[in-house]
Amino acid sequence: MAKINNKTKIEVTDGVLIPARDDSAIFSAWRISFYGAISALILLPVLSPEPYKDILLFVPDGVLRTFEVTVLSIIFALFIGLMVGLGRISRFSIINKICTVYVEIIRGIPLLVQLFYIYYALAKFVKIMDITAAVIAMAVCYGAYISEIFRAGIQSIPKGQMEAALALGMTRSQAIYKIILPQTIKVVLPPIGNEFIALLKDSSLVSILAVSDLLRRGREYASTSFFYFETYTMVALIYLILTLFFSRLVAIMEERMKTNVDQS
Amino acid sequence: MSTRVKVINVSKKFGHVVALNNVSCEVKQGDVFFIIGSSGSGKSTLLRCINRLENVTSGEIWIENDLVTGPKANIRKIREETGMVFQSFNLFPHLSVLENITLAPRIVKKVSSDEAEDRGRTLLKRVGLLDKEKAYPEQLSGGQQQRVAIARALAMNPMVMLFDEPTSALDPEMTKEVLDVMKGLADEGMTMMVVSHEMGFAKAAANKVVYMDNAEIIEMGTPKQIFDNPQMERTQRFLRNVLKA
Repeated sequence: MAKINNKTKIEVTDGVLIPARDDSAIFSAWRISFYGAISALILLPVLSPEPYKDILLFVPDGVLRTFEVTVLSIIFALFIGLMVGLGRISRFSIINKICTVYVEIIRGIPLLVQLFYIYYALAKFVKIMDITAAVIAMAVCYGAYISEIFRAGIQSIPKGQMEAALALGMTRSQAIYKIILPQTIKVVLPPIGNEFIALLKDSSLVSILAVSDLLRRGREYASTSFFYFETYTMVALIYLILTLFFSRLVAIMEERMKTNVDQS
Repeated sequence: MSTRVKVINVSKKFGHVVALNNVSCEVKQGDVFFIIGSSGSGKSTLLRCINRLENVTSGEIWIENDLVTGPKANIRKIREETGMVFQSFNLFPHLSVLENITLAPRIVKKVSSDEAEDRGRTLLKRVGLLDKEKAYPEQLSGGQQQRVAIARALAMNPMVMLFDEPTSALDPEMTKEVLDVMKGLADEGMTMMVVSHEMGFAKAAANKVVYMDNAEIIEMGTPKQIFDNPQMERTQRFLRNVLKA
């Protein structure tokens, strides 16, 4: 976000573009990239099996590991994010402070540095598996970003909702779980979808922690075969297809939710 | 008739702004207690202090034998004893009409689902919306939403109903359907405190009218006294302005 003067603000997403059907420019760009990437992924091994086919056979378990890290991380990040997001709106100032400081610290340190830090800090005290350390680090980091989404989502619900719930005799926590959060979910799902895609891309960073994800499998192949350009072409194509696939999924989810709201 | 709500020397400040200045009044069982006055005069704040959506700065409020103000107050009990209807309805948009009505009885009073739904349907019938139980709030008109909101508040069997400008967001036709429901409640003997600009309704339904200005109660009396023969100069001026408009 950049500030030009007091009135004009522009918002530029740092994530992927979400290809909604009614945004034809982005949607057609998405189609060109997606089908282009898939064609390349199929044509290259067919036209030139050596080395593309070998690469394609070598990296799939890396894709699985990438998924494993991404899905586990997002699950824990959602949990942390919800707890911290609730903490950020807590009436208890200590909880509030702790959560705010956590968010500030995490958002101020590059993810790569955090990964190193948590990996080696944890290794100093406990012997844990590489993938566990990677998931913890990713979850702690993304939990901070997701907590901000939850906080903003909760605060976007009109004040009258909480007041009506309290006036009916509900406790604050009943009001939050029965009234506020169910309404928040609809608001936060799209940005959380974006975070999932961002996390999928950032999961490539764990390759430096001896986790055999897609990128690391690529490196392993390249360092023995010396087909650097060809290997990283395939790795990039696979990442591209994955993120484009999920960004379309997020767009479909958003469209569904819009129509749900219109119907109900 | 016994006293339902007693407000004793209540003051409320928001920072430096005085919203209520030494306000006292008494609402008896079955009263339809009308509060009129220009906006910013403290009418809504008074209602919101009674079910403790706001804390008073000083003074006491009692509902029957329960002290509303002070640190030892049983806030949940007070909120069960009072039903509130808001200007902006504040129905829960993710719940159907019937669920809006049954949720609080189920989770606050631990009433069984069947019982809560039976009672919910009885209340919907009473506000004339039995056919809308499966609808969602945004499918209803403003007047229908406000009638559901009244049913939702009644579902908790409150001793006092607080109406905070219930028709200010509605056009005249819808206003009438809401006022009709409120008139029905008044006729059944419900104790009501109403903040509203509907002077015609006040004349027809209220038995006590309070005029507030600048955080204070200026004048209190029967509708006849206040509307036909106001004693205070400020009340006279307010009524002249309102009736002219």
